[in-house]
Amino acid sequence: MGLIRWMKARLQNRRGAPVWQPYRELIKLFNKEVVVSNNASWLFRATPFIVFASVVVVTFLVPILAVPLPFDGVGDLLVVVYLLLLGTFFLSLAGLDPGSPFGGMGASREMTVAALAEPTVALAIFALALGAGSTNLGQIVARTMTDPASAVSPGHLFAFGALFIVTLAETGRLPVDNPATHLELTMIHEAMILEYSGRYLALLEWAAAVKLLVFFSLLGNLFVPWGVSMALTPATLVLAVISLLVKLVVLAAAVAVLETRIAKLRLFRVPELLSVSFVLALLAVTSSFLLR
Amino acid sequence: MTFLFWLMLAGYAFGAVAALLAPGNRAVRRGTATGAVVGATASIALALGVFATDATFAFDAPALLSVADGVAFRLDALGAFFLGLVGLVAAPCAIYGAGYSATYEGRYSLRFLGAALNLFLLTMSLVPCAGNVLTFLLMWEGMSLTSYFLVMTERDEPDTVNAGGWYLAMTHAGVALVLAAFLLLAAGADTTSFVHLRAAAIRLSPTMHSVVFVLALLGFGSKAGLMPLHVWLPRAHPAAPSHVSALMSGVMIKLGVYGVLRVGLDLLGGGPAWWGALLIVLGALSAVLGVLYALMENDLKRLLAYSSVENVGLIFVGVGAGSLFLSLGAVPAAGVALSAGLYHALNHAAFKGLLFLGAGSVLHATGTRDMNLLGGLIRRLPWTALFFLTASLAIAGLPPLNGFVSEWLLFQSLLPGIGSSAPFVAPLMTLAVGALALTGGLAAAGFVKAFGVTFLAIPRSPAAEHAHEASLSMRIAMGILAIACAGLGVAAVPILAALSAVLAVRTGLSAATAEIGGGVWLSTPERFAQMSPALIALGLGVVIAGVWLGVRVMAARRGVRIGETWGCGRVTQTPRMEYTATAFAEPLRRVFAELYRPTKDLSIDFHPESRYFVQSIEYRSEIVPWFERYLYAPLIARVQGWGLRTRALQSGSAHAYLTYLVIALLALLGMLLVQGA
Repeated sequence: MGLIRWMKARLQNRRGAPVWQPYRELIKLFNKEVVVSNNASWLFRATPFIVFASVVVVTFLVPILAVPLPFDGVGDLLVVVYLLLLGTFFLSLAGLDPGSPFGGMGASREMTVAALAEPTVALAIFALALGAGSTNLGQIVARTMTDPASAVSPGHLFAFGALFIVTLAETGRLPVDNPATHLELTMIHEAMILEYSGRYLALLEWAAAVKLLVFFSLLGNLFVPWGVSMALTPATLVLAVISLLVKLVVLAAAVAVLETRIAKLRLFRVPELLSVSFVLALLAVTSSFLLR
Repeated sequence: MTFLFWLMLAGYAFGAVAALLAPGNRAVRRGTATGAVVGATASIALALGVFATDATFAFDAPALLSVADGVAFRLDALGAFFLGLVGLVAAPCAIYGAGYSATYEGRYSLRFLGAALNLFLLTMSLVPCAGNVLTFLLMWEGMSLTSYFLVMTERDEPDTVNAGGWYLAMTHAGVALVLAAFLLLAAGADTTSFVHLRAAAIRLSPTMHSVVFVLALLGFGSKAGLMPLHVWLPRAHPAAPSHVSALMSGVMIKLGVYGVLRVGLDLLGGGPAWWGALLIVLGALSAVLGVLYALMENDLKRLLAYSSVENVGLIFVGVGAGSLFLSLGAVPAAGVALSAGLYHALNHAAFKGLLFLGAGSVLHATGTRDMNLLGGLIRRLPWTALFFLTASLAIAGLPPLNGFVSEWLLFQSLLPGIGSSAPFVAPLMTLAVGALALTGGLAAAGFVKAFGVTFLAIPRSPAAEHAHEASLSMRIAMGILAIACAGLGVAAVPILAALSAVLAVRTGLSAATAEIGGGVWLSTPERFAQMSPALIALGLGVVIAGVWLGVRVMAARRGVRIGETWGCGRVTQTPRMEYTATAFAEPLRRVFAELYRPTKDLSIDFHPESRYFVQSIEYRSEIVPWFERYLYAPLIARVQGWGLRTRALQSGSAHAYLTYLVIALLALLGMLLVQGA
């Protein structure tokens, strides 16, 4: 689903590549030879699998189409967050492993951003949980469906704003990181995976795309749950797929417009952006216990 | 159980005697380890016995030191938990020490080290067994003194002497406060046994309760390393031999937590809501500042010491939330919070013990603790690297290891507080959640730095290049703790259920806590949240295996070529091009510049011909140690001032001393007369 970002990039000023271009790139990468740095250890080779697996497990925990999740009890939103942090942790280590200055730079910046985004995520989760009476994702969605008014409560809206900013930061989108750059001064995510090639790079790129999808469907389904199938009948599932696609396109369009409108922030201005999101999350929690 | 108790004493005693009497260095090391392993195993068995039978083990020797009620031991479930925790880390550390202490051969006395280690373990194991004030204080003091001597092992190093001084001063200030707390508590009691103190506490006024609690918190907090009483940790832990650091950091500081729980929750029977709030504030402060200072450290063991301050902070947040909920009457929520705190104490013992042992192997192999001189050790110390990585993942709170389970519980335990209607509780809990999350993220960054810079990339010094793997006994010891980290994570549910017995100090707590685990699921009261660490581990394992197989089958047509790291066209790669530990932490240093107030000192030597050719660059940067500079420096200056003034009393004349005696006697008589009248 990383294809959507390509479509949006095209919408701005160029004809652009077709939306399924990322899949073509994945296939190409899977068939390419792997070059591994002579300084790298086993950790470098294990990381793509761990990163990919952490993202795949997360997709099982996140409500994407239907709500009575089969694995809902296995993990809640906090588990999702920490599983993604597991991937980030290994990716940063892999950035340090080849001994390249770029990798170290990327790792250092990525961990800084991840650490500063963490409080926002936790508070936004708790704001949602207070409203829904659970931190488990299926429960939150179900609760919002039964009580539509709660979707426009201030707590919900603030939490949405906070999580949106965090999404941009965590998935390496523009105001925080530029996914299209390879200029050493500006890259974060790209710097860490600079030494990767072939099938390892394919796995990491794929994981990054799935992560974006996960965040988008979280934003879509937690805050605007309508369309999510409550019963596993074919009709509702078709409806769920359509509504999910609509939500993804809307979010992708928002990101695309944002990315063409604003420039990347200086690295040391990023904490300010994240503190804005933290304040939003704080407001979300505050309003959810004041307006109860 | 009496047999196990005696076996524990005998094991440690044998270790101490064997260390003193065995012929030859090898025998000394073996004897030390054998005794300690027997003692530690017996202590674990004793703790499990108390858990299994749900009975209190008691042993009295009133004839010993009959002046102050004699020596008495009472081991209930709370004590047994901490006794088991001591044993869990003590056994691997003793095995590790057998290999590690070989470096000291010929330099320092192995006999002294071995005897002190066993006495340290003995007294530390008896602290949670103590049944009256005298026994408790004797064992506490024994633990402090023996660990002081262990810290002083490398006594030729000026840093060690300095560290020992700080440790001795802080720990004795703590004992003085604890003593004061116990004396106030014992004032109205029949004897000083804990049973009588509990009864007497009910008769004390609420103000007196709070005074006792604050004194005990300060006293035990200095042992636990709670900010701002943490200053001895980053000094003493790096100075001590690594297996001793592991014991001090993994276990000894937890006994500070035990003290707070014993006095605050058990003897005093809980208190007003502000006790809990105070604990949460101090805990959150320690957690955030501890991890921030840890991030700036380039000395591997100092980094670990600061991270202990952080983790003790997390434990206190859990304990504080528990006591706050108890005072609000929310028993199930209190159960979750207290078991989160206790479980984190257990987990921290496992992973911090392992981290210190790993750091010890690095130190053993390279002779340095400076991360900027290390690197590339994953090739030379593959086992140590694997174990250190496991512990780093655990301490960063990443699933499916044990640190994640306790952090998850800690988060969940704060959640009901945000929904609470009591004044100030909701904002406090909200901020605590923010602090906790920030701590988690920063800890992950800190351990990417610790592991990445130490073990990955190219060695930064010849010492790191010629490093060698740790000896077999050291690897076995680390392996045991690594398995413990994984086991405590995956099998968290049954272990947490068993822990509910620990909370029997208050009625209803145990029953509420027992409901946390069910099948493979952890769930908080009223099924607010659910999680299954075992299934997460299973899922990760299955997916990794599946993807690996899939990639092998589908895409492995092309081989792997080994090439140079890309470097913008430079000719060769040298370690000087790598990111260093300092550089890694630089973004965070800038973000938190308000706290660190870094001072930069950049001196560049230019080529005489042109300013564009640089001959050498020297960069030095330091951060402001707030507590040392603004709290302790004035305090020390004040104490020294008093010392100088009271020196006037010491005139050296016998007549003057006789006069003092007479004055003191008269004052005593006067007091007796006043009391009699």
